[in-house]
Amino acid sequence: MKRLDRSELIFKIFAYVFITFFVITTLYPFIYSISMAISGEVAIDSGKVVLWPVDVQFDAIKALLIGDRAKSFWIAYTNTLFYTFYGTAFSMIISIFAAYALSRKKLVFKRQIGFLIVFTMWFNAGLIPTYLNYRQLFVNNRWGIIYGFGAQAFNILLLRNYFNGIPNEIEEASIIDGANEFQVLSNIYLPMSKSALMTITLFYAINRWNGYFWNMRLVQGTEHPLQVVLRGIAAAAQDTDMITNYPYSLYSLAYAAIILSIIPIIIIYPYIQKYFAKGVNVGGVKE
Amino acid sequence: MHVNKDKELTNEELLDELERTRWLRYWKQIKKDWPVYLMLIPVIIFFYLFRYRPIGGIMIAFKNFDDYSQTVGESDFYGLYAFKYIMFGPQANRFWQAFRNTFTLSTYGLFFGFPIPIILALLFSEIKNEKYRSITQIISYLPRLISTVVITSIIALMLSGGNVTQAPGLINGLFVKWGWIEAGTPMLSEPQYFRSIYIISNIWSAAGYGSIVYFAAIMAISPTNYEAAKIDGANKLAQIRYVTLPGMAPTLTIMLILRVGQMINIGYEKVILLTMDRGNEVLMTAEVISTYVLSLGGLTTGASQVNFAAAADVFNSFIAMFLVLGANYISRRVSDTSLF
Repeated sequence: MKRLDRSELIFKIFAYVFITFFVITTLYPFIYSISMAISGEVAIDSGKVVLWPVDVQFDAIKALLIGDRAKSFWIAYTNTLFYTFYGTAFSMIISIFAAYALSRKKLVFKRQIGFLIVFTMWFNAGLIPTYLNYRQLFVNNRWGIIYGFGAQAFNILLLRNYFNGIPNEIEEASIIDGANEFQVLSNIYLPMSKSALMTITLFYAINRWNGYFWNMRLVQGTEHPLQVVLRGIAAAAQDTDMITNYPYSLYSLAYAAIILSIIPIIIIYPYIQKYFAKGVNVGGVKE
Repeated sequence: MHVNKDKELTNEELLDELERTRWLRYWKQIKKDWPVYLMLIPVIIFFYLFRYRPIGGIMIAFKNFDDYSQTVGESDFYGLYAFKYIMFGPQANRFWQAFRNTFTLSTYGLFFGFPIPIILALLFSEIKNEKYRSITQIISYLPRLISTVVITSIIALMLSGGNVTQAPGLINGLFVKWGWIEAGTPMLSEPQYFRSIYIISNIWSAAGYGSIVYFAAIMAISPTNYEAAKIDGANKLAQIRYVTLPGMAPTLTIMLILRVGQMINIGYEKVILLTMDRGNEVLMTAEVISTYVLSLGGLTTGASQVNFAAAADVFNSFIAMFLVLGANYISRRVSDTSLF
């Protein structure tokens, strides 16, 4: 082993300490939320829950999953799954086709179409015209949310750049063999860009899963996604004078809802993290 | 093409001929490669309907329009009335306050939020145990996936003041114990805490993910540069000062410029979630232009003065566009790299 200079050693120790501290800070809210969700009411009200659960109960989680809160909670959960699944699929179809077409060398008006997509990254009409437009185009139900929030310029350009990097020779060979454009796309381009496709699928899916404001504003209560219902449960739990006869604290209920809303993300995170980290490195999108 | 073969064509005539047959050639090209053009139809329809069609709605700012069921085209023309009203009218204070808050919040965000991912990346690069480093890095990106609703809900619950039947939230309770605040203070309703809450929680959610770019830049620096510096007697801080920072300078420059270009775009969703149902006092520091627009436009509150909201909105969009274009232009000049 190479000998370290004293300053290098100090810096190295500092790095380990600081990074460890940072990771604990990152994880703490998650652990604390779980503990709060499953701690007893008395322990919570006397401020005993700091890190680990005290007087473990599962009533708050049960209330959301099978108890008196279950109906509205499951409706919201199903809505979120609906928005995420169909929304991502819809966005991906538009983006893949657009990116493929824009990566064709001989495309007529290629520059102009590319510019019209990039332009939306510089300038948007603003919140009020956007809202009015959604109203006029019937973005006020489940399917409306799917088609109204379809594609994002950034993701299209990201995928197009990836497609641009795929060498032409392979596709030329298959065109000589009589493949049409759809076959070239599905047999050559898609299999060769799995990681880029995963990255933008992830971006779209997370946006859909986490979407709040426009969903809350545009659709009716029974079509609200989880985030809107979650916000309601959390808001009701703070500063409340209401004396409840539930066997759990309202804090527990709020934290239980929080935990249930992020569990799917936590479960798939180990499998998707490498694509997630990749997205940012493709950052510089050149026109 | 009807080119007369008996006669030599002059250059000009040839160009004329090409110009005349331009659309015909495009048409032939499209007919030949029709599947590609078929693939463009969805994106064109989507971008027309949801990105370009709303631009016409900017006219609301110049019209007498205060109800969303009205038709923009048929409402009366008001000229610059709405702009004058929000900027110089009786409630101009609120507009300029939102304007100031926007820049105060993003300046603080830049000052505290910009260096932290860089420091994180530096420290990550110092951890030579591959396994520990990659695990800590992966964990540090995770908050980026957590929704604004979850983050703001946890903040609200932890800062909750409590009352007779309920204990205060964790952080509120600690601050009371340390004597920093009085018992029962609803921290989210108090204007003096808003900026810290907003910026600290942003750092929690974005710093780890933000460090990726800088980490990649540091990793790209050749180890021989460090060796050379060491031979010259540089200690660790000198190595950072003379090798690491210059090595990542292009990345730093671009990221800083792009960040400045985004200064006016404060995430309205987060501000709304933090301040919803918290009374008006906190808005003194919390209201930014976009939430002012939503509030005036009746999207977060009942009251609606749609044309005033639209005027502030247009103002916002144009400043945002100039900032982004300016940042992009400078970035292109200094580093040959740009976002677009």
